Amino acid sequence: MSEPALEARGLMRRFGGLVATDNVSLAVQPGARQALIGPNGAGKTTLINLLTGVIKPSEGSVFLQGEDVTRLSSSRRVRRGLVRTFQINQLFPGMTPIESLGLAISERHGRGADFWRVAGGRPGIVGEIEELLARFGLTSCMDEPTRTLPYGKQRLLEIALALACRPRVLLLDEPAAGVPEGERQDILAALAALPKDVAILLIEHDMDLVFSFAKRITVLVSGRILVEGAPEEIAADERVRAVYLGEDGHD
Amino acid sequence: MNSPVSSTTRARLEAHLRRRERWRWPEIAFWLAALAAIFAVPSRAGLINEILIAGLFALSLDLILGLAGIVSLGHAAFFGLGAYAEAILASKGYADPTLGLLVGALLAAALGLATAPLLLRGADLTRLMVTMGIALMLGELANRNAWITGGADGLEFTMKPVLGLFKIDFTGQRNAALYSLVVLFLLFAGARRLAQSPFGLSVTAIRENRLRAGALGISTSRRMIAIYALSAAYAGVAGALLAETTQIVSLDLFDFHRSADVMLMLIIGGAGYLYGGLIGAAIFIVLRDVISGATPEYWEFWIGALLVALVLVGRDRFADRAKRIVDLLTPRFARPRSAP
Repeated sequence: MSEPALEARGLMRRFGGLVATDNVSLAVQPGARQALIGPNGAGKTTLINLLTGVIKPSEGSVFLQGEDVTRLSSSRRVRRGLVRTFQINQLFPGMTPIESLGLAISERHGRGADFWRVAGGRPGIVGEIEELLARFGLTSCMDEPTRTLPYGKQRLLEIALALACRPRVLLLDEPAAGVPEGERQDILAALAALPKDVAILLIEHDMDLVFSFAKRITVLVSGRILVEGAPEEIAADERVRAVYLGEDGHD
Repeated sequence: MNSPVSSTTRARLEAHLRRRERWRWPEIAFWLAALAAIFAVPSRAGLINEILIAGLFALSLDLILGLAGIVSLGHAAFFGLGAYAEAILASKGYADPTLGLLVGALLAAALGLATAPLLLRGADLTRLMVTMGIALMLGELANRNAWITGGADGLEFTMKPVLGLFKIDFTGQRNAALYSLVVLFLLFAGARRLAQSPFGLSVTAIRENRLRAGALGISTSRRMIAIYALSAAYAGVAGALLAETTQIVSLDLFDFHRSADVMLMLIIGGAGYLYGGLIGAAIFIVLRDVISGATPEYWEFWIGALLVALVLVGRDRFADRAKRIVDLLTPRFARPRSAP
């Protein structure tokens, strides 16, 4: 078996006396479609922050394609292919989708410190922006300020921006959160069409989405991994039902 | 990929990225008007020179405030440093103006680089206090080291002609204003270019959402340090320019009111679209000239009233109204980005 795209070994994180992440070991294989679920307060956000480098672990390490990245800053991890989206949109309200994507792409090319050339003057960038816009259905509003976009479009831009970084591992934090029913289908389609070679870890509350998307599910409870397995196993697991799914869970 | 639909999308996309690249006629008119003013009222060349230098100073503040969203109430530190660098050079016999600008820029940039890390963390209030504190410290250093700065007496000196050709002493006020205009224009063109570059875009992105900018792999701290140092260099050039064209420097260059005034000018003109500092400087200095001519000692009342009105009513609303009129006249007017 090839080495995992993303791996956590024995991650611990304490906040004072509280253990928010308790000895978590987790492997996401290349091209995986994996979901991380857990009730509120299970420590999902802390785990994401540990993986992406926003906070440092008290103990344990994070490996990205076999390389120990525990000491690397989050922006360095991004440049090595570990990219995330946010549960609450983190966009550039005054910039247009074209500018936002153009920025992400020129940064990836290492041209972000170029202060003389007009952005977009470099060949290749324009074609890639165009492709991303088309893939996420953003072409119609590509030159409008992001703040004026409908919420569903902003949600799509959130994912498009992450993809513009050419991730090898993509952490999607509740991509469908708050999206009205009418625009939900666009998000689901966009998720289904994500590149096959990108490993995806989906953090989600919406069980329909989790079970339709993931091939593998990790359940986090009180900072610890309760169980990991195929969707059928998780749906059938009594402990998971007890803590999470409730009586009307998936049969 | 080569369908007609796709190629028009691509053309629109490229045009969007380059929409601010070409100089529009209102911009060209602006610069021609500045040039014309120097020749039309040569008797006021001194005042125009003052406006141009204050405009450059305000432009330097716009680079951090408008572009990067870093507030400062101590930008006079760089202005004063640039001016004193030039003054000390000139009084030691190195009186070439171009050299002075360069040295002023480099020293100010070095101070900017050294102090920028103090501004990376903390909210606006922290930054206001840190920048203010640094300006105070610098002012006191200049005061204490009278052996080189002249202390409370300041320094007087004479400059060589610009490029060995154009005298800029007080018999050559028109030359001085022209010289300042050329320097201002060149630096403005650089800033305009920078604002549209990937670097400028990344700094804007950091202002708009630093968390996400970092999540795109941008080292936000480095970019902020870089733009701060550049802004400091611009302020240093403005200070050196003032020293060269007045041929005198004094401790008040570091004063708090310098930092506050330049902030006022930028707020009056509007931050974030680069012309705001220049327009604000012109309004501020002309108002001061007119009002203090009519009622000496009372002009600050009116500048205060203007400030309150602008902040309460919202400059955007004034600007929107003005822009709508301009839009009617010129459909292709490059829209200024609204201030944050």
